[in-house]
Amino acid sequence: MTNRINQKLQENGKLLSIYFTAGYPSLNDTVHIIQDLEKCGVDMIEIGLPFSDPLADGPTIQKSSTAALGNGMTTERLFEQLAGIRETVSIPLIVMGYFNPMLQYGVDAFCKKCHEIGIDGLIMPDLPLNVYRSEYEEIFKKYGLINVFLITPQTSEERIRIIDEASDGFIYMVSSASVTGSKEGFGNTQTEYFERIATMNLKNPQIVGFGIKDADTFEAATKNAKGAIIGSAFIKHLTTNGISQIEAFVKSIRN
Amino acid sequence: MSYHADDKGYYGEFGGAFIPEMLYPNVEELRSKYLEIMYEDSFQKDFHQLLKDYVGRPSPLYFAKRLSEKHGCKIYLKREDLNHTGAHKVNNTIGQILMAKKLGKTRIIAETGAGQHGVATATVCALMGMQCIVYMGEIDIARQAPNVARMKMLGAEVRPALSGSRTLKDATNEAIRDWINNPLDTHYIIGSAIGPHPYPDMVTRFQSVISEEIKWQLQEKEGRELPDYVVACIGGGSNAAGSYYHFLDEEEVGIIAVEAAGKGIASGESAATSALGKIGIIHGCKTLLMQTDDGQITEPYSISAGLDYPGVGPMHSHLHQSGRAEFYSATDDEAMTAGLELSQLEGIIPAIETGHAFAIFQHKKFKADDIVVISLSGRGDKDLNTYIDYFKLA
Repeated sequence: MTNRINQKLQENGKLLSIYFTAGYPSLNDTVHIIQDLEKCGVDMIEIGLPFSDPLADGPTIQKSSTAALGNGMTTERLFEQLAGIRETVSIPLIVMGYFNPMLQYGVDAFCKKCHEIGIDGLIMPDLPLNVYRSEYEEIFKKYGLINVFLITPQTSEERIRIIDEASDGFIYMVSSASVTGSKEGFGNTQTEYFERIATMNLKNPQIVGFGIKDADTFEAATKNAKGAIIGSAFIKHLTTNGISQIEAFVKSIRN
Repeated sequence: MSYHADDKGYYGEFGGAFIPEMLYPNVEELRSKYLEIMYEDSFQKDFHQLLKDYVGRPSPLYFAKRLSEKHGCKIYLKREDLNHTGAHKVNNTIGQILMAKKLGKTRIIAETGAGQHGVATATVCALMGMQCIVYMGEIDIARQAPNVARMKMLGAEVRPALSGSRTLKDATNEAIRDWINNPLDTHYIIGSAIGPHPYPDMVTRFQSVISEEIKWQLQEKEGRELPDYVVACIGGGSNAAGSYYHFLDEEEVGIIAVEAAGKGIASGESAATSALGKIGIIHGCKTLLMQTDDGQITEPYSISAGLDYPGVGPMHSHLHQSGRAEFYSATDDEAMTAGLELSQLEGIIPAIETGHAFAIFQHKKFKADDIVVISLSGRGDKDLNTYIDYFKLA
């Protein structure tokens, strides 16, 4: 079976992907949030496995992670919550987290569990490309999981080519030199970077993340790229409005 | 067996560079250039000139007569406390500021726990006229007020780390986030033998001046280069790494590490990583790490802010696992008692971190003719408030 991520990437139109931290605002909101996001027309979901020390995240996701851990979220509990998710949800699901919890769970056991649940891919920002390729690629492949790599405005063309070669879904294009949730809109630097990547004719489509928070930034990010990912802005929405008004948020991004 | 980093930065199974892609260009630039730059003649000349004229090296190797009589062996103290800024930390910051200049960086960031590394970084930034931002946990800012004031007087900006336990671990997270946000002009001066490759190896090499000097100083005093034991306290482990470096391959030299047991290893309030940790990833390296079964990093505790770290440098994890080093841990009480003893027998008030190394005599009995070198890594001025409270000196 073709991976759901690859199927989704074949579709016409720009993709909206939403990140949320599992276990936030409340421990058992995970399934509700996923189902609601799909109903509202979101194309792909990144389920954040919270970590005590999220190095690449700004204050919003840090706080949601701390709260989720305080609520009692664990790797095992997340897998339990997601156990029946494929009975109701059909869009691609990606687990995003940091490498240490995965390492402690056991990389093979973690991937096996993801496969059983119907997770399509993983994003582990601090699992570097060379370590992935030498130690873990076979395990990911065995369980049909796509590993998503990041590029940034500072990534050299040579390295982008290597990452493109190693990828088999999409490339996560970090919009600017920043942690998550910290930039105001997009300036010329971002536009030039988006255009530069577009002209490289990479084999994998790109989905832009970091700094997308409303309709304007979504449109700007997806002018050249296949889609965009919203994280911190959605977490902020949940913090303010709870889980009952997810549709309003999604509609504010894309009608 | 090798006790040094291989070309990918591994010490046995520990080390490596587990960094998000955002940091890859910076870390890769450093990795590909650090050895070449470090061993250029001009770099070595500048480095050693500054160590001599500015830091005041070589630091003395002092025979501690009364302490030796008390503990029945020959004890030498490597006086890193006499360095400018009061600890071994400056050996590394001098090296890294010269490295930053060679790399064309203009802005320096650092993390600090007790404030010693922050002060040593602020000092070299003042010396070189570079912008300096030091991240420090909010809790540590409160308990190390004199060092905060020193950093500010030296022109550095001290930014509080408000996340997590608000101590060294979180200050390090904030410094890493700053580097992600400022990838072009900024060099991150890590203060311990931790972090992604090449940091543990680079910091160790800069600190290795400690053991290099011990060898020739001991030759002068004892007619032999090799002591029977080298003892150091370990948080991240930079003074230990520097004190051990030139003895690692000399198997007849016993390597002894003393970690902070806090209120006791089993108390739940401890920082004794080798006893309580298991392999994991922290701040970009694979090493022994205090964590939950679920892989969440736990909050360490020690009376000394400088040892209050849930991990340990990858070299030390390897020394522990391979059995090359003996690991001990000292409680708050044992370290404080040892600090008082050193003060009253030798007239030297050590940093509380350093007091842990001196607590070795409460755990291990040495033979009468054993030559034991202890790294006296820092002086106790910054800890006076803690000493006052603990011993009711006021």
